Amino acid sequence: MNVGEVLRFAWQGVTANKPRSALTTLGILIGVAAVIILVAVGTGSSKAVQDQISSLGSNTLTVSASSTAAGGRGGPAGGGGFAFFGAGDTTTSQNATQTRQPEVTMADAEAIAAAAESGEASAVLGVAPVVSAQSVTATYDGASHSVSTFTGTTPAYLLIDNSEVDEGRAFTDAEYTAHRRVAVVGTSVAEDLVGDDVGDLVGETVSFNGIEFEVVGILATKGSSGPQDQDDRVIAPATSVQDTLSGYGALGSISVKATSAEAVDQAETEIYAVLDARHGVTSTERDYSVSNASSFLEAATASNETFTVLLGAVAAISLLVGGIGVMNIMLVTVTERTREIGIRKAIGARRGDIVGQFLAEAVMLSLFGGAMGVLVGLVGSRFEIVGVQPVVAAYSVGLAFGVSVLIGLVFGLYPANRAAALRPIDALRYE
Amino acid sequence: MSLHRAAHVPAIDIRAVTKTYGEGETAVHALAGVDLVIERGEYVAVMGASGSGKSTLMNIVGCLDTGSSGRYLLDGVDVRRLVDSQLSWVRNRKIGFVFQSFNLVPRTSALRNVELPLAYAGVPKDERRTRALAALDRVGLADRVDHQPSELSGGQQQRVAVARAIVTDPVLLLADEPTGALDSRSTRDVLALFDELAAEGRTLLVITHEDEVAAHARRTIRMNDGVVVSDSARTVGVA
Repeated sequence: MNVGEVLRFAWQGVTANKPRSALTTLGILIGVAAVIILVAVGTGSSKAVQDQISSLGSNTLTVSASSTAAGGRGGPAGGGGFAFFGAGDTTTSQNATQTRQPEVTMADAEAIAAAAESGEASAVLGVAPVVSAQSVTATYDGASHSVSTFTGTTPAYLLIDNSEVDEGRAFTDAEYTAHRRVAVVGTSVAEDLVGDDVGDLVGETVSFNGIEFEVVGILATKGSSGPQDQDDRVIAPATSVQDTLSGYGALGSISVKATSAEAVDQAETEIYAVLDARHGVTSTERDYSVSNASSFLEAATASNETFTVLLGAVAAISLLVGGIGVMNIMLVTVTERTREIGIRKAIGARRGDIVGQFLAEAVMLSLFGGAMGVLVGLVGSRFEIVGVQPVVAAYSVGLAFGVSVLIGLVFGLYPANRAAALRPIDALRYE
Repeated sequence: MSLHRAAHVPAIDIRAVTKTYGEGETAVHALAGVDLVIERGEYVAVMGASGSGKSTLMNIVGCLDTGSSGRYLLDGVDVRRLVDSQLSWVRNRKIGFVFQSFNLVPRTSALRNVELPLAYAGVPKDERRTRALAALDRVGLADRVDHQPSELSGGQQQRVAVARAIVTDPVLLLADEPTGALDSRSTRDVLALFDELAAEGRTLLVITHEDEVAAHARRTIRMNDGVVVSDSARTVGVA
């Protein structure tokens, strides 16, 4: 009895009841396709976050206050919910046991800049303070837009943040020093206010929470990756933002650009040296932290891996259910074909022949389902799913296909053995 | 198992075979000690009412079942000592079955059905085809080789079954009520075929309850209550 014969018998079995075989195959198909697509979604969203973080610049560092009470790590754009106090309020809101509110200040930013200029911090290319204003609504000519990120900073920030001005111009050092109420806005903000011709907004006066700023430039589109729209932002001189929207409290963060990606570690050490001295702390009691893109990347990657594993696990369950479907159908098939098994045994089929035939039948079902599943999975992964462009992971294709074949073997073994164990005399009598 | 001994080794040599179902007081003795010797080339009919034990005897002779006690030599081989895989081999090479209900594999052409025992015997594809076609030709179905069982009449199906039974050139052709499901014309066809096979020197054991069928055999054995009550070849002590 050769392999070709076994396969031919199995194929006859599979094609004997086509709708049933098709439905059984469908179970495996869905399982395999789900594994491939969901893992691809996980991988895709992971890649999106990575792209987003690397677009911040691999040589950008962020200095922020490390406080257990308020805020937390703000992004380079200062998006963290940091509490800002007016100068007069600071003392009244102090906790009795706390001697010093953890914060980074404009003076800290100036100290780092001074160190960079004197050559003390040679790895630092640029420094920009980040002041964030919360819940800012822009209104212009009857249209309004809720700005998700309103940043007050110095002109150097645009360089540090890898941002470019598409139309109009950036604000200048002179305007910064003069507390001029000027702003550059992201395309999402501009589109909401004037429609598609965002350039129309240049030179216009837009009211932010009732304070009028002149729009001098439109930022180049960064695109939205993940849930955050990177173009929904407004950048203005920190001086005028403190005058009007945020008050003169602590900074949200300080953005620092190192001279190169390799110099990031050195720049970090230099920042520690400057700020430890200013804050009068040692490395173990720092009330601020310095982070860079790679540390964000690590955290994001870790959380994304969890997400991917979770999606994969859900899909694996559906694959398992498909496998149980194969076993179920094979058990039905064995019962249905008891008489045929008896005939085959009476004319000389050995135990192995019968096991081989039914096992091959089960594997054929799962193999076909697996192959179709890979096809559907690859096609399905070409479409954007919940805002994520899936990225097919090669291992998930191999794994899902391999597992589907394995499932055929494992779940086919029991029905096949049951068929082979039938006594020919009982099998022949079966009606 | 030497072929040269075949001349003086009977095809079937059964001594004191019993078959008991159940235990103790509920035990049923389907066979209560049967002795039977069938030489090669004999054409034997086994007759008896239902419950006489003839089907049980047929199952034991066909190696589909084993007796509770006694000895059974098939072509000189003690089948009680054989393991499962060896029994498969014996069924494949030494016995050809013809059943009342034809028992062809459904959705499989006549040719494939006849090839099946050869496939399990590991015969190469080309030889298999040649031999299967020859067997189908032998039963007069050369023009129906590609038909599926559902496309054949009862008589034709039974002739395919006979072709399948003789294709391996077995020691014994075992038929269990071969005409039980056939009309009279098909019955005549099949019986004529059996006569021809017997004339060719094949050993036939036909189990039947029809006198018409038994009349074709050269030796008739009657069974009742699990014992042989008469044997046309020799005198049996009748109770």
